[in-house]
Amino acid sequence: MKETTGSGTLRKVIGASSLGTLIEWYDFYIFGMLAKTISTEFFPEGNSTAALLSTLAIFAAGFIVRPFGAIFFGRLGDLLGRKSTFLLTLVLMGGSTFLIGLVPGYHSIGMAAPLIVLLLRLLQGLALGGEYGGAATYVAEHAPPGKRGFYTSWIQTTATLGLFLALGVIMLVKMNSSDERFNAEWGGWRYPFWFSIILVIVSVYIRLKMQESPLFAQLKSEGKIAKNPLKESFRNKGNFKMVLLALFGATMGQGVVWYTGQFYAQSFLETKVALSFEQSRIILLWAIVLATPFFIFFGWLSDKIGRKWVMLAGMLLAIVTYRPIFNQLLEDADVQQWSAENSTTTVKQQTKLLAHSTDSLIQTTTLYKLSNGVQYAKEQTDTLQSASGKILEGKPVIKNKVLPHTGKYVVLVFLLIFYVTMVYGPIAAFLVELFPVHIRYTSMSLPYHIGNGVFGGLVPFIGVLLQTTFTTDPLIGLWYPIGVAALCFIIGFVYLNNKIVDN
Amino acid sequence: MNTIKKLLGFIWLLAGPLIIYFLLMGAVHNIDVHGKKDINNPVIWVIIIAIFLPIAIGLMIFGWYAVKGEYSSEK
Repeated sequence: MKETTGSGTLRKVIGASSLGTLIEWYDFYIFGMLAKTISTEFFPEGNSTAALLSTLAIFAAGFIVRPFGAIFFGRLGDLLGRKSTFLLTLVLMGGSTFLIGLVPGYHSIGMAAPLIVLLLRLLQGLALGGEYGGAATYVAEHAPPGKRGFYTSWIQTTATLGLFLALGVIMLVKMNSSDERFNAEWGGWRYPFWFSIILVIVSVYIRLKMQESPLFAQLKSEGKIAKNPLKESFRNKGNFKMVLLALFGATMGQGVVWYTGQFYAQSFLETKVALSFEQSRIILLWAIVLATPFFIFFGWLSDKIGRKWVMLAGMLLAIVTYRPIFNQLLEDADVQQWSAENSTTTVKQQTKLLAHSTDSLIQTTTLYKLSNGVQYAKEQTDTLQSASGKILEGKPVIKNKVLPHTGKYVVLVFLLIFYVTMVYGPIAAFLVELFPVHIRYTSMSLPYHIGNGVFGGLVPFIGVLLQTTFTTDPLIGLWYPIGVAALCFIIGFVYLNNKIVDN
Repeated sequence: MNTIKKLLGFIWLLAGPLIIYFLLMGAVHNIDVHGKKDINNPVIWVIIIAIFLPIAIGLMIFGWYAVKGEYSSEK
């Protein structure tokens, strides 16, 4: 039944699939990283319709459209083939990204600008929903027996490498232009979007030279292609129960661990720990560099001992250690522990008149440079009431901390991403093996994108929701990923099979 | 193990409606037209409830299959 693929061809298959997936992630990330500039250009403040479109662009693309993309392109992939479908998703993704970079701003074409951007963003979400399943299936169906975990784990690294590429390109453009030139209507922020088209052309060229997956080609030659993949995936009880098991016993927990490690950690360092933008990015980048090889290691390990225990071990470690790790990140940068006695301080004060009032705001920023090398800023905004002459004192806020040694932070964030590599490294092979060849693309794409897009994507939102309700615990937001991972761990532990299926 | 799989099925069956209840309560408590945070935005709540409703139903179906022994080892 199984054709073997030569190691040279396999390398090309992995390279072509991973490059495309990396581009898809790059395209998806740059929108998020340039969100502030994009919102000024296309979704101006004070316009309620633009605000609604902005919300839809951010939330709908991730939560609603991705699962629909999974169903739509999954079906196509099972009917037409893996190669042509993930070629289409790549063109769609790259084309949409390139076009976002060409849309004139709100000031030039009015409401048409946010509408076009929303449409292109939805296309991006749709394409992302279709890409991953295709790439994972394509590589897995080329992989020799007993090596699926190892070969598909290369695709898993692209979600992290895409983040790198996006960050690198944006920083390169920013370093070579002033803030004013970067944020102008046709300024430097558009270059990362235009750059996407070059990446896509290269990737399409490589992918066009590839052959169809041997298992799908065989199925096609035997006339055994699914007639209605959606019906066979979701209305056939035998298969649908596996779709549910994949979601609740694996991808749901994997999604929250992935999102918490790569994204929540970054925002936590900036907003709760209050590290400077630059230092928090450097910590994250080092942690990612050190952890990325473990995607391959755990993919390989899962071929030896089974997917189940590697993924569940990652979830369990996350459940048990999330709170101590995040607590340590907070405590080690707590300004209360440092004496400000021998520090040099610089005080800046600014007074602003409040609009539609005679009261004024007094903003005092004190910059501390401590003898141990720590630097931070304390900002306080007081209100001067003109009628009574009284001053209402605001709450001081600590910002822009710069620590002299960040080694411990790199280790702690590395651990968070290490857990990501445990749950994410074997997941493609696990999903591929759960479903039969003729409906594989459709069946595996949906649980993957619900797990990552919905359960993972909601980590920040539910974090804020919990923080608003329980205001005293700064780590309260972690109960969402811990709870989802715990539920997934129990379901996975009880119901998942550790047997590696070579179908 | 098969008995545990079946018994846990009842929990998944009950968890579905519970999730929907908490989401609806969360929406009622947090939607605020004057609020500026994401959790005050009704559109986001509509999106989240719309996407979680089928997931919660999916969890109930998962529970039902578990109770019926669909995930038992001999199947």
